[in-house]
Amino acid sequence: MSSPDWSSREPEPERGRRVSAWRFLLLIPFIGTLWVPFYNHALPAVFGFPFFYWYQLVAVPLSAVIIFIVYKAES
Amino acid sequence: MDIAIVIFAVLLVLVLGLGFAAGRWRSGDMTRLDEWGLGGRQFGVIISWFLIGGDIYTAYTFIAVPALMFGAGALAFFAVPYTIVAYPILYVIFPKLWRVSAKHGFVTGPEFVRGRYGNRYLALAVGITGIVATMPYIALQLVGMQTVIGGLGITGAGFGAHLPLIIAFLVLAAFTFTSGLRAPAMIAIVKDLLIYLTIIVAIIVIPAELGGFGAIFAKIAPAKLLLPKPPAGSGGLYSGYATLALGSAMALFLYPHATTGVLSARSSEVVRRNAVILPAYSLMLGLITLLGAMAVASGVATMPQFAAGFKEFGTNFAVPALLIHTLPPWFVGIAFAAIAIGALVPAAIMAIASANIFTRDIWRQFINPRVTAGQESMVARLFSIVMIIGALAFIFALPLKYAIQLQLLGGIWMIQIFPAIVFSLFTRFYNGWALLVGWACGIGLATHYALLNHLAGSIYPFHIAGYTFPCYIAIATFIVNVVVSTALSPIFHAFASDRIHDVTTEADYG
Repeated sequence: MSSPDWSSREPEPERGRRVSAWRFLLLIPFIGTLWVPFYNHALPAVFGFPFFYWYQLVAVPLSAVIIFIVYKAES
Repeated sequence: MDIAIVIFAVLLVLVLGLGFAAGRWRSGDMTRLDEWGLGGRQFGVIISWFLIGGDIYTAYTFIAVPALMFGAGALAFFAVPYTIVAYPILYVIFPKLWRVSAKHGFVTGPEFVRGRYGNRYLALAVGITGIVATMPYIALQLVGMQTVIGGLGITGAGFGAHLPLIIAFLVLAAFTFTSGLRAPAMIAIVKDLLIYLTIIVAIIVIPAELGGFGAIFAKIAPAKLLLPKPPAGSGGLYSGYATLALGSAMALFLYPHATTGVLSARSSEVVRRNAVILPAYSLMLGLITLLGAMAVASGVATMPQFAAGFKEFGTNFAVPALLIHTLPPWFVGIAFAAIAIGALVPAAIMAIASANIFTRDIWRQFINPRVTAGQESMVARLFSIVMIIGALAFIFALPLKYAIQLQLLGGIWMIQIFPAIVFSLFTRFYNGWALLVGWACGIGLATHYALLNHLAGSIYPFHIAGYTFPCYIAIATFIVNVVVSTALSPIFHAFASDRIHDVTTEADYG
């Protein structure tokens, strides 16, 4: 049960990580998913999904991409 | 259903056996608490992904969230924004907690608080909040398992009907005792692969049978398809939905089992990377929520063969009924096994996390300060059994509604430790005693408003200057907690500063 490569290439030591202004990007998922009037509509529907449902589902990978961008910028 | 029962039983026995074998995996000295209770702080990105994912997306989640979709409609989808905003929070906050904890050997969240303020009573409050919130959570995992066992046709009130559940959890208690956190870490891999397989198959096969997603959503009552528009002068369900998602996300990683998952990582880098990849589970949760809509469209609620199940388990039976109705029996066996194993992983981690807190923050601080490392590990291992047996007793001795009500209270209590843990990672402005007073105000008010709701709902309509603001009780009372803690801290510091008791330094936080 050895770990895959990805986890073994961790930069050490633990300290000296940059905390950057990129972090403000992390506010986007909060604004985009917590302001309900943005998305509480049935239309436009996609593949039979009302807007309310597909908007929030699509927001999941998009938020992950935003976190990834911040992660990359700070690595 | 016979083939389903056979496959279900085989998978479960396999996984329970795996739990015992896990103790020898990268084995460590089980007489040390961080070996037993944190798996030796050695899990890399992939194992942590399975472990944390398997830990916070529980069997009860997989049953109850689609059940809410089935019953209440769009409101259930709050689970999606909830598990979206949880990850920016994880990314910003918890690598810091990992770093300071690894530096000082902290095994629990309360231990960090004690190290920061030198205040064992604040740590006790934080620890007890965690244990009390966790107890009903373990009990509800049993409910998740009970529901699928019922779906296999093993039902009734007799001892025989309860036997599979009792055996599964006694075995769980045994391998938790011997293997510690390594057991759920290993089982989580099997569980999550089965869950992903199940949901991918379900999300392709079932809509095809029901005529596509358009046809499924067309069968949802219009009033439940979207959130109702708020009436004039009120935030309506809009503010309820948003605060429920935000408050749940803020509390998520404060739960002892989630904190334990984070602290068992090999490095803070592992935690950061997991904030990027864990959302895969959120997508899956969103799709699982839609199973509730599919259950409505399939009409299982009125089919005579499912009447007994709905009578016994209520809307929680919607997903099992849907799977039985639409999938071949052998696959039902796999899917139900996935859900049942999905109960074992979090239950084990919850028991371990509570045991770590009991040992480090109660036993060692208030009962026997001279405990040796070996005794400490044994106390934790025994307490994990108490937690699991206690959950079994809870489910069989008390009506289910108590577990659900206590779980609801647990969520709004849990957020009250946010200032003590999260704020303390960023600033030493606060005073330990002020945080304790703030915590007490938060817990008291939260309980008060939950009781005004008769413990039936967690959104309370607050009135502010003629405007009605329905808000998740956790968020509203958290604000009071913060205001009290912030206002009192300078005053307490002026009389007796506790800054000299801080064992951590600026550099520990990275």
